[in-house]
Amino acid sequence: MNAMTGGVLEIAEELPGAEPFGREAPIVAPAVRARRRRRLGLGEPLPFGPLLGPGLLLLYWCVFSYTGLLDPRILPSPWATLATARDLTADGRLPANLAVSAIRAAEGLAFGVVAGLAVALISGLSRLGGYVFDSLVQMKRAIPTLALIPLVILWLGIGEPMKITVIALSVFIPIYLQTHTALRGTELKYLELAETLNLSRWRFLRDVVLPGALPGFMLGLRFAVMGAWLALVVVEQLNATSGIGYMIDLARTYAQTDVIVVGLVVYALLGLGSDAAVRFAEARLIGWRRTLAQ
Amino acid sequence: MTAPTARPVVRVRDLKRTFTLKGVLNGVDLDIARGEFVALLGRSGSGKSTLLRAIADLDSEAQGSGEIEAPANIAVVFQDARLLPWKRVLENVALGLTGPDVRARGQRALEEVELGDRGRSWPYELSGGEQQRVALARSLVREPALLLADEPFGALDALTRIRMHALLKRLSQAHQPAVLLVTHDVDEAIELADRVVLLDDGRIAANLDVRLPPAGPARVELFMDLRRQLLGLLGVENELAEVR
Repeated sequence: MNAMTGGVLEIAEELPGAEPFGREAPIVAPAVRARRRRRLGLGEPLPFGPLLGPGLLLLYWCVFSYTGLLDPRILPSPWATLATARDLTADGRLPANLAVSAIRAAEGLAFGVVAGLAVALISGLSRLGGYVFDSLVQMKRAIPTLALIPLVILWLGIGEPMKITVIALSVFIPIYLQTHTALRGTELKYLELAETLNLSRWRFLRDVVLPGALPGFMLGLRFAVMGAWLALVVVEQLNATSGIGYMIDLARTYAQTDVIVVGLVVYALLGLGSDAAVRFAEARLIGWRRTLAQ
Repeated sequence: MTAPTARPVVRVRDLKRTFTLKGVLNGVDLDIARGEFVALLGRSGSGKSTLLRAIADLDSEAQGSGEIEAPANIAVVFQDARLLPWKRVLENVALGLTGPDVRARGQRALEEVELGDRGRSWPYELSGGEQQRVALARSLVREPALLLADEPFGALDALTRIRMHALLKRLSQAHQPAVLLVTHDVDEAIELADRVVLLDDGRIAANLDVRLPPAGPARVELFMDLRRQLLGLLGVENELAEVR
């Protein structure tokens, strides 16, 4: 940004000198406007721009820890946390627990996405399906997944099936909602077009409705991935014997603040990373759309 | 105009339509012969789009009565190009085509509208006129017996519109579909059509043969005469004169 402003200023300053014989003052305006940006847009994207916020947070954390304003018993310094992370990695606890957590989240996500997508398709594409499923899902939506945990524990015990079920349940809702809304939001003008082109129902779905609903589904997927990590945090602190949440819970017992922080940072990085992955996939899949973000 | 022996492609009898919001038809009769180019002219709200949508069978929510006979093989060009934004240009043209070499047929249609090299583009990368040309290609690749066009050039600038007129004329001569062009542009109607049907308040108010002789003074004179007549029927003949 600075570089650009500087460049523009230079041009503006050079111009009058560059034309010594002109009696009339040269018109500077066009040169100044040489590199225009979209006036109401967001400006040029910066490489690694999304890391700015986390970077600033890290900076504050460093400053407060270094100056001693932050008691290490409340929050250990970044370098202490890093050292702990290194130790946990060296003795294998972090990688092992991370693998367990990641597999759990992935399994829950997979089941939730498949179920949410299937029910959204049935409910979004047929009137009868909508009558059967939509109100049920809206009712489920009003009950927090956390409130269902006692019931799920009674049904499935406290093992892996319970954990994966709870994660899948919290993934199901955003996938269903966004996909269903997008399917039902198919524009009437495209329906008319499909009718005049004599498209079969199947081709109408394949060529018009489903690709049109893809952005909605991808948005749902972003919510779902976050939902999966959140649900993971909860279920891993319920009688788990492995996973990042278990590691954190154990650390609480021994008052190891640094281990807790390592666990939290890992959760945050997993969330950030997976959201970036979904957004990357979204940009690749939906190249036909022009938006403010581009 | 219509040869009495030949069976018309489109036959509309005593068509009545009412909507809650817009467009009313009060008993319309209309025949369009094979290969005939009919322009349907009228003010806003005269019912011209309602008639087109009735023939296209796009008026499921309308109340009404009457008879419509129309071929099964109809293509519609809307005012907006109505390309699917998630399909590339060639896929939009070939949308719903069946049979062998769908892509080759789509490509040929694109070349006919002089967009042979844009098949891989996304619709948003095209100008409004180019998008409307793709819509024309999408319609004509189906070799329709009837082409319905609902103010297809209404959203284009004047220069692009002139080029589109020439293109549509050339294409309709090459493919010979019957055409029903809905427009409120008198010049466009005379320039393109064999016959102008003027719709006023849901009724057919005039039915004019507007076939013009080839270029020459006679053509210009007839053009101006028809223009005067039609503008008079639309009630706008003297507006500018009054201002002067």
